[in-house]
Amino acid sequence: MNLSLLIILPFITAIVILFCNGLKQVRTVALIGSAVQLIMAIMLLIQYWNERAIGNISQMVFEYSCVWFAPLNINFHIGVDGISVAMILLTAFVVIAGVLVSWTMETLNKEFFFLLIFLSMGAYGFFISLDLFTLFFFLEVAVIPKFLLIGIWGSGKKEYSAMKLALMLMGGSALVFVGLSGLYFNTNINGTHSFDVMQISKMHIPLEAQLLFFPFAFVGFGIFTALFPFHTWVPDGHSSAPTAASMFLAGISMKLGGYGCLRVATYLMPDAAHAYSWVIILLATIAIIYGAFATMMQTDLKYINAYSSVSHCGFVLLGIGMLTQTSITGAVLQMVSHGLMTALFFAAIGMIYSRTHTRMVEQLGGLLKVIPFISSVFVIAGLCSLGLPGFSGFVAEMTVFMGSWQNPDTMYRTATILACASIVVTAVYILRAAGKTVMGPITDEHYFHLTDATWNEKLAAIILITGIVAIGVAPFWLNDLVTPGTEQIMQQLAQAISLK
Amino acid sequence: MIVNDFFMLMKQELMIFVIIFILLFIKIGKDRSAENLLYFINALLLINVISGFILPSEGMIFSDMFKTNSLIMLEKNILNIGTLIISMQSYSWLKNHKHMIEFYILLLSTLMGMFFMISSGNVLMFYLGLELSTIPLAAIANFDLDKRKSSEAAFKFIISSAFSSGLLLFGISLIYGTTGSLTFSEIGQHITSNPLQIFAFVLLLAGFSFKISVVPFHLWTADVYEGAPIAVTSYLSVISKGAVLFVFVSVLYTVFKPITEIWYNMLFLLSIVTILIGNLFAIRQENFKRFLAFSSIAQVGFILVGITGSSQMGSASVIYFVLIYIFSNLGAFGVVSIVSALTGKENISDYKAFYKTNPMLSWVLTIALFSLAGVPPTAGFFGKFFLLMAGAAKGNYILITIAALNMIISFYYYLRVVKAIFMDENNQPIEKLHVPILPKLALLICVIGIVCIGLMSGVYEYIYSLSTGF
Repeated sequence: MNLSLLIILPFITAIVILFCNGLKQVRTVALIGSAVQLIMAIMLLIQYWNERAIGNISQMVFEYSCVWFAPLNINFHIGVDGISVAMILLTAFVVIAGVLVSWTMETLNKEFFFLLIFLSMGAYGFFISLDLFTLFFFLEVAVIPKFLLIGIWGSGKKEYSAMKLALMLMGGSALVFVGLSGLYFNTNINGTHSFDVMQISKMHIPLEAQLLFFPFAFVGFGIFTALFPFHTWVPDGHSSAPTAASMFLAGISMKLGGYGCLRVATYLMPDAAHAYSWVIILLATIAIIYGAFATMMQTDLKYINAYSSVSHCGFVLLGIGMLTQTSITGAVLQMVSHGLMTALFFAAIGMIYSRTHTRMVEQLGGLLKVIPFISSVFVIAGLCSLGLPGFSGFVAEMTVFMGSWQNPDTMYRTATILACASIVVTAVYILRAAGKTVMGPITDEHYFHLTDATWNEKLAAIILITGIVAIGVAPFWLNDLVTPGTEQIMQQLAQAISLK
Repeated sequence: MIVNDFFMLMKQELMIFVIIFILLFIKIGKDRSAENLLYFINALLLINVISGFILPSEGMIFSDMFKTNSLIMLEKNILNIGTLIISMQSYSWLKNHKHMIEFYILLLSTLMGMFFMISSGNVLMFYLGLELSTIPLAAIANFDLDKRKSSEAAFKFIISSAFSSGLLLFGISLIYGTTGSLTFSEIGQHITSNPLQIFAFVLLLAGFSFKISVVPFHLWTADVYEGAPIAVTSYLSVISKGAVLFVFVSVLYTVFKPITEIWYNMLFLLSIVTILIGNLFAIRQENFKRFLAFSSIAQVGFILVGITGSSQMGSASVIYFVLIYIFSNLGAFGVVSIVSALTGKENISDYKAFYKTNPMLSWVLTIALFSLAGVPPTAGFFGKFFLLMAGAAKGNYILITIAALNMIISFYYYLRVVKAIFMDENNQPIEKLHVPILPKLALLICVIGIVCIGLMSGVYEYIYSLSTGF
């Protein structure tokens, strides 16, 4: 399969949108474009399985490389392994759901869908890149649309949030840049330097360089995935963004960071990953617990989900920091699971808000009686968030905990126990919010006239729930998909230990 | 043979010379409609740009005073393109100006001065070119004849230029005294870390710093940019700066190669200070021209980071960045000049809700600002990336970390303008503007340049193949 289609297709869709007139045309084109994206992502999964089934054991499949900037040895090098395929699937699911929930976007709809699709192009490009320059390029491509999406179509203190998000993410990519350039100049292939992930992974970057540049790369990507104490953009950004943008932000763009931490920082600098793993664990544990307790105090549904995202993304970083096969697989599962779950959550909140015009928990109540479908979606998202078996959240978090426990160090085990304990807090805030919102008496007489979900909202929710349940009920396929990729990372880490 | 050489090597200078003569004849001839004349002049400039690309040649004449090669011709072509774009953008302003032809004559004279400066193989020739490029510029900085600010700007510009020329001359005389030569190639062989020579170098560096407005020699920039007509401001910020930067790089990399370590440390400090001060002051600006003035100071700081790399990559990245900078900055100045010419509004706050009335102009301005900020997929991203990579080549990660973090500050103030355009409310937004065809075309060229130069790697590879480093 030609992977560059994943970049070309959103690009063409975005360009066609620019030439459309009126909401109907625009959203039709966007829907067709994102549907084709989804079909392509599923085809990619099937073809990937086929490749593996016929015995292709190369680390990356569907590789393609062409020279981009010859003097600097920059190539446009793309390829996927199981981890990338999982991420691409996640992106495709969230994009189509995002388009569907924005179906009745009133103002500046052409620009809105253009930016959404453009953002998805950045995400796809990021996940398939095997060249650090291309990777960085697409990482930044995905930042600016967020600024505009939040600033123009957002609500509340949208300008502040948009600016905060853009600057913090830009700060993250500035740090990533330093890390990448440090990697680049410490490679040496016959006198030239290289940005190629595969090439860098085969050579041993000097330990001092790793220790120097790992923090840059990890913290840089970490900002994208709400690494404590750089998580402050998450609540503001998510809560001010329009529904689809929140879904993209939490569902896709926070995953860029997790994927980068894994693929660039940990994979390419394994020695430093060992050396700094205690810092990662510490910060991740703080993020998990702090995020969970901060969520308890929130009264706005979007803030609840945003702070719980901080907590849940802490699991991703915890899994990466534990450096065991199972925990890293768990981190990837958690990325996919959190992406789908939080997108569903934001979609449900968006649907509720568009009808009741409030997101405050205390003003809502009894919605299950008037809008049963949306309320059920909301409850499903909540239950997935608290890790109910049968949904993806349970599988992912369980895997992370199992993997973490494999690390015999006392401090790591303490961190694991603390992180496990935070599940209880999660249950408290989710059940409280869900109970108050959808159960009990109806708090406002206007709510009696609310209409339930329209076809597009139903479709969006069903698509996301399908993903969540598919992982929750039968986690093996995703596990098997991801494992070869994590095995490679483990090999890299094992070599680092033996070199010591 | 010599005559042939003369015509071949000085082709670009002669072309400008011819255009100036044509303009003189038009001036003494009978009056024509200003609009047709402007179309005619722009056509001439277009021919000038195209002719620059044909028949490249290499060599030296006038006993090595004037040299040219493919790289120098490329640099001149870049300046030619910039001048054409500026000329097209100033259509609305010049249409009603009674001294339009004089404006072009002076403008082209300065361009010719820059060409001589870039081609100089000798310090005297360099100085001559520099003065020829500066003095007419002061005259056209005063071209808003009925505005006091304009003449104030011209006055400030001529005084600071004279001061910097004085510093340069002092440096040159010391160089001559210690090396006994005025030819660049010979000076290079006699430069040691003799304290007098280092003093001379500092003077030269100060002179150059004035011209490209490096902090702490930047104080004239904002006032002059604000007061001068926008055409002149944009010319000052891209063409004049670009030309001096071209010379600066080649002088540092060839003549002062023996004292690399000394100027490396100086540039290290200057670049940090320049980026930081430029950024911090740009945040506070309300006037769009002053804003762009400080942002251009910060951009020069980034260019200095690239120069410190002193590799082939460094030199190539600087030229590449100047090319990109011409398109991005002129894209921004183009919109500002259209708005200013048609409505007289020049403040950033006037641009609030600009998108509601002028979506196309807003997008052009936004793309240009994103390119200045270094956001992909615009060319500015590639330019900045390569500059910083060049700076990192020597292992100086402190410098590029500071520079990269400064990108965040610069990001803030560019986004502030974008926020004003797209997100802010305004009761009296700028009304829907009818943009004449020439400025429209100029903006189109800028946008195409911004989008294409980065993504198409051929441009960088071509510049890289021509550049030299050590």
